[in-house]
Order: sequence, then C-alpha cells, then structure tokens
Amino acid sequence: MTRYVMVADLRRCVGCQTCTAACKEGNGTPPGVQWRRVLDLETGTYPNVNRVFVPVGCQHCANPPCMEVCPSTATGQRADGIVTIDYELCIGCSYCAMACPYDARSMVDHAEYAFGEQPTAVEATRIGRERIGVATKCTFCAGRIDAGTARGLVPGQDPEATPLCVNSCISGALRFGDIEDKDGPIATLLAENQWFRMHESEGTEPGFYYIWDKGTL
Amino acid sequence: MSQTVTSRRQRHWDLRAAGNFIGGGTGSGLIVVAAIAAVAGEPFRLPLALGLGFVAAGLSLVWLEIGKPWRAFNVFFHPRTSWMTREGIVATVLIPLGAAAVAADSVPAAVLAALLAAGFLFCQARILRAARGIPAWRQGELMPLILATGLAEGSGVFLLAGAHAVPWLTLTLFALLAREGAWLAYRAGLAGTPAAARALGVFATPPARLARAAQLAGLAAVALALGFALLAAPGTPELPATLLAWAGGVLAALSGWGVKALLITRAAFIRAVVLPVVPTRGSGGRGSGGSHARAV
Repeated sequence: MTRYVMVADLRRCVGCQTCTAACKEGNGTPPGVQWRRVLDLETGTYPNVNRVFVPVGCQHCANPPCMEVCPSTATGQRADGIVTIDYELCIGCSYCAMACPYDARSMVDHAEYAFGEQPTAVEATRIGRERIGVATKCTFCAGRIDAGTARGLVPGQDPEATPLCVNSCISGALRFGDIEDKDGPIATLLAENQWFRMHESEGTEPGFYYIWDKGTL
Repeated sequence: MSQTVTSRRQRHWDLRAAGNFIGGGTGSGLIVVAAIAAVAGEPFRLPLALGLGFVAAGLSLVWLEIGKPWRAFNVFFHPRTSWMTREGIVATVLIPLGAAAVAADSVPAAVLAALLAAGFLFCQARILRAARGIPAWRQGELMPLILATGLAEGSGVFLLAGAHAVPWLTLTLFALLAREGAWLAYRAGLAGTPAAARALGVFATPPARLARAAQLAGLAAVALALGFALLAAPGTPELPATLLAWAGGVLAALSGWGVKALLITRAAFIRAVVLPVVPTRGSGGRGSGGSHARAV
C-alpha cells in the first residue's frame, strides 16, 4: 500500500520561496492563490527569539476533515493518500475551507490576472476556467506522479514523478515519497530524526511531517 | 517554549452565509413555536408560513453565495458525513410539508414540520461544529447556543405576530433565559480555549457589545411585559404591555442576528499554523539561530 507524504526539514528551509514560485508557475494559480506557501515566523519573546520558515499547504490528511464536510463529494481521497478535488462536482460552498485546520484551501470567484483586466500570454494558457468558483488546493502534483509512475519512475526520487516544490527546493528541506516503503528514504528520514505533525489533536493524521530535532522545546 | 499562531479570519463566508444561519434559526424557532400554538388551539398559519419564509430566504442567500449556483443540486450527494447535505435534505422535506400544513390548516402536519425544523436547526449547529478549522465554531458550547438562539429569535418574532398572552410571553422568556445561559457558557468556553483568543476579542468590540445590550434589553422587556400581563388589574390599558412585548420580540430577534453575523463573519479565525517546537539551525547551540532578533 502506498501513502505519499511530504517532509519539511525546518532546520534546512531558508525561506527562499522557490517552492512557492515553482508551484505557482507549474500549476498556474491565480494571483493571491498559493498552494505552497512558506511562512516566515518569529517565535519567542525578545531577546530570546527564533526565526523559522515553515512550508505549508494541504497536508493530505489520512482523515481529511474537508472530505467529511464536503456536501457534493467533490473532495475525495486516492488510494495513495492524496486528497483530491473534482472541479466538476464542487459547488463552491467553501465549507471545506472552514473545515481545514491548515488554511490550505482557496477559492476565487472570477478570473484574476497579475497585470490588469487582461491575462498575460502565459496566464491565457494557464488560467484553468474549471478552477474558477470552486475550491482549489495543493494536489501533491498528482498529475506528475501519475505520469511518472506510469513510466516506472519513483515519486520523490525521479524528478519527473516528483512534486514541483520538492524538485525546486534549493536546500533539500522538502522531501517527498512513500512512507509505507519501510526501507525508503522517507521512512529512514523520519526514523532518524525528530518530527511533528500539525494539529494532530484534531485526528486528521496529516501527511506532512516537520523535522525539527536539536531544537528548543 | 512559545507557540507561534498565525490564525487569520476566514475569507469565504460573508453576510450571505450568516443569513442562512439567521434565517434558519429564526425560521426554525418560529415554526416550532407555531406548532406549539397549533397544538394549543391558537392560530398558527401565519407564523408557520413566516417561519418557512425565513428558512427559504436563508437558503436562498447561500445559493447566492456559492461559486457554482447551477450545481446546487450536488449539495445532496454526501449524506453519510456532511451536515450541509443533511441540512439540505431536511429543508427539502420541511418546506413542502410546512406549506401543506399552512394550506390545509393541519395541526399534525404543523407538528411534523416543527420536528423537521428542529432537525434543520440541529443540522445548522452541527455544520458549525464540524468546521474543524475554526476554534470559535468548534467550541462544544456553540451547539446549545445556536439551538437556544433559534428558539429565542423565533419566539421573539412570534410575539410580533400579535400573540402577547401569558403563555407566549412565558415561552419567550424561557427561550431568552436559555439563550442567556448558553451565551455565558459559550463565552466561558472560549475564554478557556487559547486557540479561540482572537474570537473572544471580537466579542468585546462595540458591535458585539451592542448586540449584547440588545440581548439583555430584550430579556428585560419580555420580563416586564410578562409582569404587566400577570399583575395588571382588569381594565388596565394593554398598550404598555403590548409595546414591551413587541420591543422584546424585536430585540430578541435582532440581537440573535447580530451575534450570528459576528460569529460567522468576524469571529471565525482559522487555526492555521501552530508550532509545538521550533528548530535551531546551524551547527552551534541554541544561540546560532536564536540569539539574534531580526526583522521579519
């Protein structure tokens, strides 16, 4: 059984936002919509403060609250754990956005362009009318994964089968792969480091792990 | 160790969504009170029709808000887990059954409609409760607050429909007291939930204080009207009691609407990011990443 997850090593992330740019470029999201964000946070109280960069987005939960509340069954879950949205079923009620503890869902009511009312040449080819008026979010680049695995490639190891944000990460902070592959790089990485998942108390079992060891408690 | 919280207000549900909870709550409450009136042998068709109108108006507002209104039928696809689907299903039975009760002047149908209305209101409360992203809605005490508020609003509007007799004033007073208790419990619950701190701040703003003042004024007006009704000597003019009942009814409804509008559009902060731990970058000790305060 395959369960794709993402790992963000908070010790490595430098907050360069290359993953954000790569996602935006690859997925053609409208202005203001970012499926892969990197938060730039300051924690603690002066003078004992830390700065930390936190990649965030859809956590592809094993128990996705967005799927539970979705009235149209537009939100689904693949056998490999990736949480999906069927744009043809979604009614754009945004209830999923209320249910997501990770603030990972977006919806735009009309096409927006970066420069004025007309799309640029690139935007015109990327606008994706089916994504207007419906909920959208990170897909873990499911299309790339499917195309890659169909060619016998391994997601997380072969770039052609790996999410764009992971491919673009300059510091190796973002990793992707099958956590069920017990001898694979993801399972090994998690076994050798301390990690946490966000909002575990909600029972969502997110598929997004944050490595933090040797840090402050 | 400090936690970093970057919650922000939800950006998707505006007053149209709040209108569904306002119309649904008031309408459901009114239908329930109308059914009680029906069983008591009182006229019930007007308040029942009005209640159905509130429910329908609320649902219409939601229809105006969704991104793909012509796919609205898809809302019925997920009854297994979605309270929004269940709300829609209940509404599709409630509205025609209630209309039939009005048309046929049928007490049994009115009672059935009231049961469905209670179910509809319960679904609305569960819709909010299931929104795991928003601590102010996840609060367990919100369920009784939504239910009591619906009954308070509905009984308040029922007073406006002309029923000022002691039983209806007593019922309204009971509903307002129940809402008062539910409100205090909800506030206390929020105060005990760190993730809901920003929502608690919203309920300290001037609009919230105004709604709260209206809530208390409505309670006082209904209590006074009931006092007049109980204690007035025969032949005493009814106008003061009537005015007080009307004022109480208006305030009971408006204050509930105000609180719901704030709850849906202003107090709804998404949980967002909470870091239980923070890493220290670099090869040194804690100081390598933590000793230099830098502008973010």
